Amino acid sequence: MSEQKAILSGNEAIARGAWEAGVKLASAYPGTPSTEILENVKNYTDIYSEWAPNEKVALEVGVGSAIAGARTLVTMKHVGVNVAADPLFTLSYTGVKGGLVLVSADDPAMHSSQNEQDNRNYGRSAKIPVIEPSDSQECKDFVAIALDLSEKFDTPVFFRTTTRTSHSKSIVALGGRTEQQGDIELEKNMPKYTMLPSSARLRHPLVEERLLKLKEYAETSPLNRVEYNDTSMGFICNGISYQYVKEALPEVSVLKLGLSYPLPEKKIREFAARVDKLYIVEEGDPFFEDQIRALGIKVDHGKDMFPLTGEFSAAFVKKQVTGQGPDLRAVAEGLPGRPPAFCPGCSHRGIFTILKKLKVFVSGDIGCYTLGALPPISALHSCVCMGASISMGHGIDKVVAKSDDYSQKVVSVIGDSTFFHSGMTSLLNSIYNKSASVAMILDNRTTGMTGGQENPGSGRTLSGEEAIAADIPALVKAMGVKNVVKINPYDLNDIEEKLKAALENEEMTVVVVEAPCVLRYRISKPPLKVDAEKCTGCKRCLSVSCNALSLEVKDDKKFVVIDPNMCAGCGVCAQVCKFDAIGE
Amino acid sequence: METTNILLAGVGGQGVLLASQIFTSVAIEADLDVKQSEVHGMSQRGGSVTSHVRFGQKVYSPTIDPGEADFLIGFERLETLRNLHCLKKGGIVIYNKMRINPSTVASGVAEYPDDVETRIAACGEKVYAIDGLGLAVKAGNARSANVVMVGAVSSFLPLPESLWETKIREVLPAKLVDLNLKAFHLGREAVKK
Repeated sequence: MSEQKAILSGNEAIARGAWEAGVKLASAYPGTPSTEILENVKNYTDIYSEWAPNEKVALEVGVGSAIAGARTLVTMKHVGVNVAADPLFTLSYTGVKGGLVLVSADDPAMHSSQNEQDNRNYGRSAKIPVIEPSDSQECKDFVAIALDLSEKFDTPVFFRTTTRTSHSKSIVALGGRTEQQGDIELEKNMPKYTMLPSSARLRHPLVEERLLKLKEYAETSPLNRVEYNDTSMGFICNGISYQYVKEALPEVSVLKLGLSYPLPEKKIREFAARVDKLYIVEEGDPFFEDQIRALGIKVDHGKDMFPLTGEFSAAFVKKQVTGQGPDLRAVAEGLPGRPPAFCPGCSHRGIFTILKKLKVFVSGDIGCYTLGALPPISALHSCVCMGASISMGHGIDKVVAKSDDYSQKVVSVIGDSTFFHSGMTSLLNSIYNKSASVAMILDNRTTGMTGGQENPGSGRTLSGEEAIAADIPALVKAMGVKNVVKINPYDLNDIEEKLKAALENEEMTVVVVEAPCVLRYRISKPPLKVDAEKCTGCKRCLSVSCNALSLEVKDDKKFVVIDPNMCAGCGVCAQVCKFDAIGE
Repeated sequence: METTNILLAGVGGQGVLLASQIFTSVAIEADLDVKQSEVHGMSQRGGSVTSHVRFGQKVYSPTIDPGEADFLIGFERLETLRNLHCLKKGGIVIYNKMRINPSTVASGVAEYPDDVETRIAACGEKVYAIDGLGLAVKAGNARSANVVMVGAVSSFLPLPESLWETKIREVLPAKLVDLNLKAFHLGREAVKK
């Protein structure tokens, strides 16, 4: 059989690797840059795959599958591991039966994230091996190695990618699927899987022993590779930084660590001894550098040369090491930015138009509606993590002096997927502790920001099968919320009236906005037009921040035009117009 | 073959990624190593999009650094100017003259500069300004402007015309193949004059 090859992103390659290595179950919560892994896994019908409502649940589903004996893949973005950390640290104690690989897709430079934490630290804290691929071929091949390791050493394996390995495409040689197991039969093994203090005390020493065995394995693992060339400079690197070093400095010697934890001490000592100058190139924290320095090995350059923040590149590595770079043209100055914005027709536009008008403090969350923080809307005042909007709103409400001034009142805004993720417990807390805050649940029946994935409210599973769609108003009422109000997000008067009533109420109000995502469900009405005679060019409509609108100047007269190819006919701009200039 | 760096720059929804896919599949078919990189997520919703395509005997980094693009393919004029510093000395700019207002302009926060094209022309390199939208409409669909741009670049690359045609047939849905082949050839001709 001739070797088949394809160009795959790292995420596509991980999905392929899981299929080839006989994975039976995969679970995830979407999050950039990890989302496409499960979106591709779903196409391999030999693997049962599902979206979980959050990363903790995804990992727990995976733990069940792995201790039952099936090879298992669980994927999430870096901050998702914070949510899944609880099961992760104890899974380290129980170990697995079928191999379990947890993919953490980190996002240095924060292309689409709220922080740039370096999740290799999790491997060290949870005492489990960390594997880092540097291109798509490795993404695929290392999944199989990771599953073997997981079973051999009875440990979950942490598989860390970064945005550049997740989203860049390179050529991959494909293989077939190897079924590792027959039918899964459930067995009981209480001392191994029931982590009462008495049994956990027996497991912890085994974890420490396992780590020692993994250190030995690291010395001979095919995941770690030395490439000796000119030995005047030696570079220790991982993941994508390997590609940058090879591109920038093809003549140097390299120790590429595909197994980032635990480190191969002897191999590093030997490499350090053979090269004249030792460099460590790792994005994020000085994870290698601190450990290598602690071994007493002299490191010539690490974080002094390659910073803690942002991403590197080949040119950056070259510049830092040699001081050389290409002749650079000046970056064009004074250009208007092109940030992402609410889509034309988006149901969030009217909501934020009114929130801005009311001048309330908007406690935000993670989703498309976070774009409400960008100008010209600029009406979202905090955003920390998934599910935090309602709990933070409650905290604010409890300490801020009661006032009729709306600027001293808080409205929490959260989407459906984020509400299912971890907003439900926040709301339960608010209602239990007698909050007087207002929470808005913007239910657009999809996980929008990551590209429109299914969720427990969308009525479909990952594989597209029909499913029960959670009823948000019923859920909220069942928690004990008495004031549940529905609004039409395309009717600005309705939004304003009901929000004002909610803000005046001394009891908590939950406002549910049911309006499907226009992008995901391709919803549009006939485009609107501007009557150039009536338009005064006052730009009031432009404040709703819709890309379908623009200001034109003809014969010294300013007026707004609407691009009929973009307009979804939602009517929000028409409602803010004071001159009745916008209509069908 | 030395590594060729093609930087594609446009706006979310313009088909930058599909164009990238045509380049990468042509490169694979020509037995070259190839890498392509873009960032998903916030780049949707009308934001700027860039895609890096690199092919040659052996490619390590998936990204193109400033000053190293052999070709800057602009799908919109402002995005072309925004990425002009990525072009290397002696590189070629091919761009679609069309204008798409960013949200900052649509909302009145900023103005769309009227000297974008003169600033691009002043870069001192070979610049080809194409009416990508017009040619796409001529081919049968405004959305095929991305393939017009692919056609334009193809005439500068030492890869046979038939290879491009084969890959366009593979990458695009069957019912759109004919009009996209037309778009490809219109783009290819547009830079020959």
